Amino acid sequence: MNNKIIKYVISDLLRNRTVFFYTLVLLALSLSIFFIEGNVDKSIASLLNLVLFVVPLVSIVFSTIYLYNSEEFIALLVSQPLKRQSIWLSIFVGLATAMAAAFLVGVGLPTLIFAYSLSGITLVIGGLLLSLIFVSIAMWTAVRLRDKSKGIGLAIILWLYFALIFDALLLFLLFQFADYPIEKLMVAVSMLNPIDISRILILLEIDLSAMMGYTGAIFRDFFGTGTGMLITGLVMFLWIALPLLFATRFFKRKDL
Amino acid sequence: MQNLFLYFLLNSVFCLLMVAGTTRAATIHVGKHDNSKSINRAIAQAKPGDTILVHGGHYREETIQITKSLTLIGLENPIIDGQQKHEPVAIKADNITFKGFTVKNSSHSALTDVAGIKVYGVKNVSITDNVLDNNFFGIYLQNVKNCHVENNRLRTYGETERLVGNGVHAWKSDSVTILNNEIIGHRDGIYLEFVTHTHVRKNLSQNNLRYGLHFMFSHDNEYHYNIFRSNGAGVAVMYTQRVRMEHNRFEENWGDAAYGLLLKDITDSYIEHNTFVRNTTGIFMEGSNRTLIEQNSFENNGWAIKIFTSCMDNTLRKNSFIQNTFDVATNSGKLNNTFVENYWDKYEGYDLDKNGIGDVPHHPVSLFSMLIERYPAAMLLFRSFMVTLFDRSEKMIPSLTPENLKDDSPLMKPLPIKTEKLSATGNSEVFRRRKGVEE
Amino acid sequence: MIEIEQLSKKFGKLQALKDINLSLSSGQCISLIGPNGSGKTTLIKSILGMVVPSSGNILFDGKNINKEWAYRNDIGYMPQIGQYPENMRIGQVLDMMRDIRKTPDHLLDNELYEKFELNKMLDKRMRTLSGGTRQKVSACLAFMFDPKVLILDEPTAGLDPLATEILKEKIVYEKQKNKLILITSHVLSDLDELVSQIIYMQDGELVFHKSLEDLKSDTGTDKLSKAIAHIMGHRSIPQIEIIHEQ
Repeated sequence: MNNKIIKYVISDLLRNRTVFFYTLVLLALSLSIFFIEGNVDKSIASLLNLVLFVVPLVSIVFSTIYLYNSEEFIALLVSQPLKRQSIWLSIFVGLATAMAAAFLVGVGLPTLIFAYSLSGITLVIGGLLLSLIFVSIAMWTAVRLRDKSKGIGLAIILWLYFALIFDALLLFLLFQFADYPIEKLMVAVSMLNPIDISRILILLEIDLSAMMGYTGAIFRDFFGTGTGMLITGLVMFLWIALPLLFATRFFKRKDL
Repeated sequence: MQNLFLYFLLNSVFCLLMVAGTTRAATIHVGKHDNSKSINRAIAQAKPGDTILVHGGHYREETIQITKSLTLIGLENPIIDGQQKHEPVAIKADNITFKGFTVKNSSHSALTDVAGIKVYGVKNVSITDNVLDNNFFGIYLQNVKNCHVENNRLRTYGETERLVGNGVHAWKSDSVTILNNEIIGHRDGIYLEFVTHTHVRKNLSQNNLRYGLHFMFSHDNEYHYNIFRSNGAGVAVMYTQRVRMEHNRFEENWGDAAYGLLLKDITDSYIEHNTFVRNTTGIFMEGSNRTLIEQNSFENNGWAIKIFTSCMDNTLRKNSFIQNTFDVATNSGKLNNTFVENYWDKYEGYDLDKNGIGDVPHHPVSLFSMLIERYPAAMLLFRSFMVTLFDRSEKMIPSLTPENLKDDSPLMKPLPIKTEKLSATGNSEVFRRRKGVEE
Repeated sequence: MIEIEQLSKKFGKLQALKDINLSLSSGQCISLIGPNGSGKTTLIKSILGMVVPSSGNILFDGKNINKEWAYRNDIGYMPQIGQYPENMRIGQVLDMMRDIRKTPDHLLDNELYEKFELNKMLDKRMRTLSGGTRQKVSACLAFMFDPKVLILDEPTAGLDPLATEILKEKIVYEKQKNKLILITSHVLSDLDELVSQIIYMQDGELVFHKSLEDLKSDTGTDKLSKAIAHIMGHRSIPQIEIIHEQ
């Protein structure tokens, strides 16, 4: 990685109006939730929607657009004496830092101030990881498709998949195999969607797990153990690393 | 209310008669500095109608057998200690008052129900102002009539249900008053089986391992102004007719299988003016008919009400549903219950004629709540975007949720809740003494 | 200096470069010409490592450039349209490039920077710049690090006559320093006085690579444009294509 590129990407993004607006909207929404809702767990539950849907959507779509808009700049960098891998990773670090910072200021700070609790911290960590994961997926989208509109389309479809379609498939699976003890399998399947992992982790923390009955108990048993958390952490890390790895490998051979 | 008044009247007359009949009653003192140092010996010496005043001290006797109609009063908080070997107090005669003692450390037994104070098949016993600490069962009323349990504080510390008995336990009894007691850490706070014409009022039942209040086959009873808080599974009422439950608070019964109030095979009963706050399920009803659930407040529960199989002809009227995750859940679309004039904070209708009643009906059952009753594992998708979308579309075009489960006249504003100061928390004497014990 | 051996590149079904063999040495000033889609830019980008060849090798100073990046320290590249991060100021772009190149200050060539008077607009954001000013920034960057090889893609397009003159002088000056200069341009007359060699490409194939003298004598003309036109005529390609090339 190249510190200079990271620095320039970040300083470019910090002046970006979309990032500024995104931060402001997040901040306004989370502050109003905390002021209107007195109960901390309820606020966290309301923030959950923001973190699970808005953050991934903005992270993936904004990053994709930014990458397409930076195409010529990336080409310029590639013509310079720089390693392609370090260019690409630096851009990722820059983008990820900007999105993470926007989330931290917009949601993280208010949460840590008004809801400094295990559930609040879980929410912030979940949102941070989702920011990184969806920037990483955007890197892959943008590098695979040359056409900007197709790329943005794919980004939105991927977001829809993780936020919506995956859950629909999961529900379908549940209906089909309702007669079998599939709860443990569900733990494994939920690992295939970082949004679901975050959602379940936060739900367990805000003690809605009591409402989740037997399934909740299975999940609590899994996430409650050190091994479970280790596996979860590893899976989230892979969700950041793998799309980035595939994207980087593709970028190294890409014609600009 | 009338019953209660009658009861007090009878009781007073009865006491007067008692006093009249024992004009020559003696008073015996028990204590370190008195002639009698043992309570049992004092009882042996006493004649029916006598009063035994027990002064402060630690009494380690075998079971105190009260076999005559006596008044036992503890002064300066005497302690009767079962040393975990005996049943500390056994009441085996009619017309007994037992007041002002600390009874502790009963034995534990898997075979017999040992209690701190056990009353065996008698009438007119009054147990008041006692502290019961670390007993297997607390106060055990077996086949009694006209008994009065008031202002006692019961606490025990067992970890599992097997090692802990019930707080106030009544079996096959009639006309019992349980008033102003505080029961903590027992198996069931108050347990009633085959008990009739009983009043349970102003008690605080908290942190009990199983139920705060548990009763079965106990008809014509009334429960008013109690607080049931943080018990293993709330309050269970089963196989009972003609129950009145009013002005109680069910709160913080939060856990996997917890609920505020479980109704199983309850008929012709009244549940009114109660408050259900932060329970996993506020009311869980099954096989219950002709019950009027009116003017209760449900706040911040997981499910406010679950109405299950074969609940018929119940009426839910003028209740407030506020901030519950789910308001009503059911596993069948064909239940014939009436929802009318309730306030639902999830109601999205309007009131054009400004009469305080919404112009379009409210369907309180969400699609997702139907779904998880059939596929509990679907709870995995709780609060996911898809589920929100599901519920939204179902709201617009109802197709799967029960069509007849609706409130045709939903209120636009919640009814004001009568905030009456509830029960045991106001019982300052008990609280003062508890402090003393804990220090 | 640069050896290109059997270089081929396919974009999907399109054969952009077909078996190109070239040898470019220092001290040469080469004009790379050919119609639209003839593969000129692909060739340049291959040399820069921006396009990865399907087959064949490119050697820079005898070393294969495949997966290498350090050799680009010796190349100054002026792209056709310079695109920079929109929100950055000119000064920041220059700083960033200096940071990347890590060339010590005293070795920097600031001649174009001064002559184009970029110091007067260091605070201007890139998105506000005209095409010509962008070209000035690009040119300035290409020459700034005193590289051994200069690759200029349509360098004079969009520049005003004064700037064009400054750039041409600079190219002549650099040529004398025994550098290899590779230029694509469609304004042929601009190049006449600079060019020592001509590479002509068409349909991804190298048509010829000749010195200017050879070309003139072969075609019997004394002007480069006429020489080219002569060849075009023989290959029955409408001349208009050359003129419209970008």
